[in-house]
Amino acid sequence: MSLGTAIAQNLPALQVVLPLLAAPVCLLLGRGRAAWAWATLVAWLGLLISLALLLQVSDGSVLRYAFGGWAAPWGIEYVVDRLAAMVLLIVSLIGALVLSYARHSVDAEIDADRQPLFYTLLLLCLAGLLGIVITGDAFNLFVLLEVSSLSTYALISLGRNRRALTAAYQYLVMGTIGATFYIIGVGLLYMVTGTLNMADLAQRLPELAHLRTVKTAFAFISVGLALKLAMFPLHLWLPNAYTYAPSVVSAFLAATATKVALYAMIRMFYTVFGAPFSFGTMHVEWLILPLAAAAIFIASVVAVFQHDIKRMLAYSSVAQIGYMLLGLGMVNLTGLTASLLHLFNHALMKGALFLALGAVVYRIGSTNIERMGGIAREMPWTMAAFVVGGLSLIGVPLTVGFVSKWYLLLGAMENGWWPLVILILATSLIAVVYVWRVVEAAYFRARPAGSAPVSEAPLTLLVPIWLLALANVYLGIHTRPLIGLAGSAAADLLGVGP
Amino acid sequence: MTDWNAIGIVLALVIPLGAMGGIWLFHGRPEQRERVTLVAAGLLLLVVLSLLPSVLAGLRPEWVFAELFPGIAIAFRVEPLGMLFALVAALLWPINSVYSIGYMRGNNEPHQTRFYGYFALALFATMGIAFAANLVTLFVFYELLTLSTYPLVTHKGNDAARAAGRVYLGILITTSIGLLLPAILWVWSLTGTTDFTVGGLVGDKLQGPWLGLLLFLFMFGIGKAALMPIHRWLPAAMVAPTPVSALLHAVAVVKAGVFSVVKVIVYVFGVDSLHAVPAASWLLYVAGFTIIVASLIALRQDNLKRRLAYSTISQLSYVVLGAAILAPVSIIGAALHIVAHAFGKITLFFAAGSIYTAAHKTEISQLRGIGWRMPWTMTAFSIGALSMIGVPPAAGFISKWYMLLGAFETQQLFAVGVIVLSTVLNAAYFLPIIFTAFARPAEDDPAQHGEAPRPIVIALACTAGLTVLFFLFHQVPLDLAGQLVELPLSDDFQPNGSQPYVPPSNIPQALP
Repeated sequence: MSLGTAIAQNLPALQVVLPLLAAPVCLLLGRGRAAWAWATLVAWLGLLISLALLLQVSDGSVLRYAFGGWAAPWGIEYVVDRLAAMVLLIVSLIGALVLSYARHSVDAEIDADRQPLFYTLLLLCLAGLLGIVITGDAFNLFVLLEVSSLSTYALISLGRNRRALTAAYQYLVMGTIGATFYIIGVGLLYMVTGTLNMADLAQRLPELAHLRTVKTAFAFISVGLALKLAMFPLHLWLPNAYTYAPSVVSAFLAATATKVALYAMIRMFYTVFGAPFSFGTMHVEWLILPLAAAAIFIASVVAVFQHDIKRMLAYSSVAQIGYMLLGLGMVNLTGLTASLLHLFNHALMKGALFLALGAVVYRIGSTNIERMGGIAREMPWTMAAFVVGGLSLIGVPLTVGFVSKWYLLLGAMENGWWPLVILILATSLIAVVYVWRVVEAAYFRARPAGSAPVSEAPLTLLVPIWLLALANVYLGIHTRPLIGLAGSAAADLLGVGP
Repeated sequence: MTDWNAIGIVLALVIPLGAMGGIWLFHGRPEQRERVTLVAAGLLLLVVLSLLPSVLAGLRPEWVFAELFPGIAIAFRVEPLGMLFALVAALLWPINSVYSIGYMRGNNEPHQTRFYGYFALALFATMGIAFAANLVTLFVFYELLTLSTYPLVTHKGNDAARAAGRVYLGILITTSIGLLLPAILWVWSLTGTTDFTVGGLVGDKLQGPWLGLLLFLFMFGIGKAALMPIHRWLPAAMVAPTPVSALLHAVAVVKAGVFSVVKVIVYVFGVDSLHAVPAASWLLYVAGFTIIVASLIALRQDNLKRRLAYSTISQLSYVVLGAAILAPVSIIGAALHIVAHAFGKITLFFAAGSIYTAAHKTEISQLRGIGWRMPWTMTAFSIGALSMIGVPPAAGFISKWYMLLGAFETQQLFAVGVIVLSTVLNAAYFLPIIFTAFARPAEDDPAQHGEAPRPIVIALACTAGLTVLFFLFHQVPLDLAGQLVELPLSDDFQPNGSQPYVPPSNIPQALP
């Protein structure tokens, strides 16, 4: 067996194992550029693996990989279908871009002797997130969830502001509760089924659906994951975490962490418990819909009144998660497609926005709206990318934001839920307000008195920012590949057609 | 032939967009930068003119850019009304560019590169609106036009400009996302298409009050048509430099609004289906109300540009009124009024900017005797004013005539009354300006001034000339407007010997 075929056959394992094993190497490489270069290389390799996996499953086939040759349900199984491939792609894409961007930003925000640790943690977090997506084992999912969560707590606490410590602690408490709830749920399932493999669970659960234990497990898992994905009103950890984390971490988390938790929730609802149980018996959509609607409205309004732009984007994220949950709660093909599209698209737009803010922090050391006055004259490229991301966030046509909103509106109309149509449109208008506050400040106000003149961000920051900004536009025009992927992934989940 | 037409559409979009790039490229070299604008404007006019013969011959050139969703594409299709609108915009852009150069330099305005750049982008959006083949494409370019004109409205960058920009963006974006987008979605969910279709889309799908509601969503969703009470953005936009007010807020932006209104009424609702529904007749009264009330407000404005802005609001509703009368003749009148008002109002704004550049005066009460110092400007102003009132030999007469014909034909006495009363009001707010300028003795003005810089005078003489020429030669617009309402009768409209056909070469002759 040549090396090439060995790699090709073990791609699903490599997707997770590569960053996991590469992470400690950063520590060995010590201070200086080497740790960054190594982490970046690994992230790009991860992206290549994701693309290769996507190509293998794009025809609708499902890739099952028995870890260590131990067949499921005894061994751990990795499963790649179109949905998993899509989420793997966005996570590793953001990982690669964020790490390419990281060097200057991290130099400016993190002490030199902590940098190797930083890159180690970032790679661990990446490995954890990718693992959650790819694993076909409910307990393994918990392990990887903890890998990503623990590294995230540490990453947040590396923020320069001392409040980063309380933010990390807050997230630690909430995140641990979430993970505990999840594992209690999985334990209950194991009690009645004797298996941890998702496919196996899915096979055995329907006949046990009447058991109170299964219903309790469902409740624990739902609440646990809802905490991790910051479902309103369990979102309280999120604004502080995003605000006080280092810029690179904010961008990475905002674009990937909550999405992966949402992915896990979709997996649980559709693949493990199955739509008939989740929506037919438990009616989880009755819980999700009002909370999602409240999230969209309240978080959008709160975002308008924030002075710190990072915090504003954090509240906007809570609202955007609401959109995704709304699509999930519609329980129809269009709604689920919208949800998956928005999962992907929101990563693109928030990635671009947070990276642009990172460049602002790099130059002026703050994201306070007062301090950002007039910044567009000195950093035109950075702020232009911010505007592109902002337009996408609003959902202006020819950006990806429009595509997911369009499907969301169609899904709502399919169910005849006109109040939701109005809600989606009204909150898009609120998004106009909060994005435009930044534009007005950056383009029309004078620079605050006494602030030193700054120059445009260096190219190493601008290139990743603009790659993401242009992806927002490119995929907003050439919508077909993404819609096709999300649509077929949603159809797979619902078990309808190709 | 068809190939060339598709290329023509592409060029009509690429030229203004390319101009924007060229303008940024020559930042800091004003001579080359202005040359880019002028060359692009001239090329665009040629390209749009080259599309005219085939549209007159009944062809409908098409070009699909990209398919956004299954069944929804960013696609373009040149139909008569779009042709007419594109022609007006393309004809006035070169003239306005000459004027802009005189005005921006005469007033030492800052950020000129930004100004010309976004101006070209606005023209790109205008072309997209004119040629849009479906509602989604229209919506995309409609929003782009709003966004691209925002930096022009807030050009001065002071608090007043920022506040006005907020009103501008607030009203236009709120109405378009809040009302127009749901209307488009509604049409799509009903019919599975948003293509503009001869004879209408929703006529047989919706009944009675629902049709009235959809009409409400569209008419108030298209905020650029400035129906009351969503007209406030237009006076707010007057803080912009005058060339912006002239080409964008008297022609491109507002005409994009009424153009969309006519297009929606003809191609989405279908004239016949609206005719049958009493719930849709409210539009006539809202338009009539806007015409009268805006005229009354105009009467009370002392600021010249504000008076012109309210006059624009009133005149825009003429177009809506013409379409709402729902008679073929009145729709011809509405289409012609898009052109006629464009020529007249751009002349008036040019004159206002000319006065500001030469004399730094903005209020009507300051204009005593200015007619003798600035004879070219005030003569052109008078011609524009006559066109607004609808006196021959100015363009406004033609379109009002057709609207009146339609109103009589369908026995809409309310519309007749509105047109007559507003003509009186128009006279009441324009004639005093002319009287003040020529008949009142001049003030003791320490600042001796003469005519405005030459580019300004040339531009306003051109548009004043166009206003008169339109009265004499309006066969091409009339043919296009005729095709607009004739098409439902015969879908495969073919030219024949009896069709009056004026070669397009007539139009360049009207140019300098």
